[in-house]
Amino acid sequence: MTRYLYYPGCSMESNAKAYHESLLAVCEPLGLDLEEIRDWNCCGATEYVGISLTPAYALIGRNLALAAQQANGARTVLAPCSACYLNLAKADHYMQESPRLNERVNIALAAGGLQYRPGSLQIRHLLDVIIHDIGLEAVKSNVVRPLKGLRVAPYLGCMVPRPDYEKRWSDHEHPNELDRLLKALGAEVIDFPLKTHCCGGHMTHIGPSTAFELIRRLVQAADHYKADMMVTLCPMCQMNIDGFQAEMNRHFHTNYHMPIIFFTQLIGLAFGKDPNVLGFGRELTDARAALSKIGFQVPEVVERAETRAARRSKKEGLPMPPPLQRVPEDEEADK
Amino acid sequence: MTTHTAASPPDPNNPNLRFLEEVSLATAGVSRLEMCIQCGTCGGSCPSAADMDHTPRMLFAMIRAGMREEALRSNTPWICVSCYHCVVRCPQDVHIADVMYTLKSMAIRAKLYRESTAPDFARTFVDNIESYGRSYEFGLATRHYLKHFPLRMPGIAPMGLGMLTKGRMDIKPRRIKGIGQLKTILARAKELEGVA
Repeated sequence: MTRYLYYPGCSMESNAKAYHESLLAVCEPLGLDLEEIRDWNCCGATEYVGISLTPAYALIGRNLALAAQQANGARTVLAPCSACYLNLAKADHYMQESPRLNERVNIALAAGGLQYRPGSLQIRHLLDVIIHDIGLEAVKSNVVRPLKGLRVAPYLGCMVPRPDYEKRWSDHEHPNELDRLLKALGAEVIDFPLKTHCCGGHMTHIGPSTAFELIRRLVQAADHYKADMMVTLCPMCQMNIDGFQAEMNRHFHTNYHMPIIFFTQLIGLAFGKDPNVLGFGRELTDARAALSKIGFQVPEVVERAETRAARRSKKEGLPMPPPLQRVPEDEEADK
Repeated sequence: MTTHTAASPPDPNNPNLRFLEEVSLATAGVSRLEMCIQCGTCGGSCPSAADMDHTPRMLFAMIRAGMREEALRSNTPWICVSCYHCVVRCPQDVHIADVMYTLKSMAIRAKLYRESTAPDFARTFVDNIESYGRSYEFGLATRHYLKHFPLRMPGIAPMGLGMLTKGRMDIKPRRIKGIGQLKTILARAKELEGVA
């Protein structure tokens, strides 16, 4: 087992829970010992840097400082989310490149009793670690249920292969790492020309017509290539293509149905893990038909054990706020 | 746009004379914006250029020409999707995406953006981080869609409901333990940035 400092990022706890669950399920066979950075904070996504530079980098800097404190011999921070990975990598890179930024971030961190020496940690994405540290041979040796007959479109999006400060990928626009991994799992992998094109990022929320066009291109291409599903490594890409596909279809009067799941979910299936612990059923664009094609029955909706335990009896009814105590003055004011 | 006739010597007191330098300095790392050779690879590589007022190349020429107000009013940085296609293709290695972030923050400070959807979204996102230390999607989404896209609500409601029922969105925010420490750090950073 190799120890990595693990930065999950906000999405892994919310919209990309399926990614988190499936990653945790395959850590042991992959030999990944993930130690979560204690009390990490949000990386700022693509929002904070567009408002204010020093605070945005100080926000990221706190995570790097906490990770370095906790390192104890480990040097690698592993991030599964593309935006988190890039933000952490970028802060480390630019703090080395610009003494002024480094100084400012460290002055800010010092106010909170922290400091970070840029270059003291390596920031890496999960796929990079699987390909280069663990290796495809080790992955193959764990495959007990090859995904034979499943036709997948590998989709990386932007922020993992680019800008690539450490030159870790085979290509910035057509990297083959995800393809090779999915082939090692036994899947039929199409040579997806849009594999690093943009999903629209935050534009689904602020400029929907711009975003829907980008989603359409991806979904349409995957459909033309007769992919059963797209497979991604980015929470934002998954969310945009999965969650906004219905709205995109309405926008263009189209009727695409292209499921998109996380690559760790497929690793889990190929490793023979129970589909119930791999986050299946959390997708909004149903992936069941695609998976049943190769004989996997996955749940319709994930129900976690703790939800079941916490389920209320019918007598209690729905959790509603307590009735408002209306006082006569309020009623007067309403009139 | 005004047409400039015969060359009059540049006014040394014109604050826009050094606009290129100003943008470059305000960018993370070494922006290399001065190295732009106007080849247009950026605009040609951009997936959302069709929706932009100016391609990145044109915008950079405007910055160099000291057209502060026009550059900060451009929707281009707000349409940029941070895909980094231009960044890896730029023959001069200009940090284009980071320059776009700089232009957004300058436009916000100068109150020169044209419509408020994108700046508001970023502001709400950041307010949540500053209060909790984590992003808070439910609060962000409800506020944002009610304010800016009330007509999208019926279309997007099934998705929001799906996110809730499939356990992909928490109704309550999560707060980090060291929120006090984070606030102190951010307050100091804002002082240094001159935005406190």
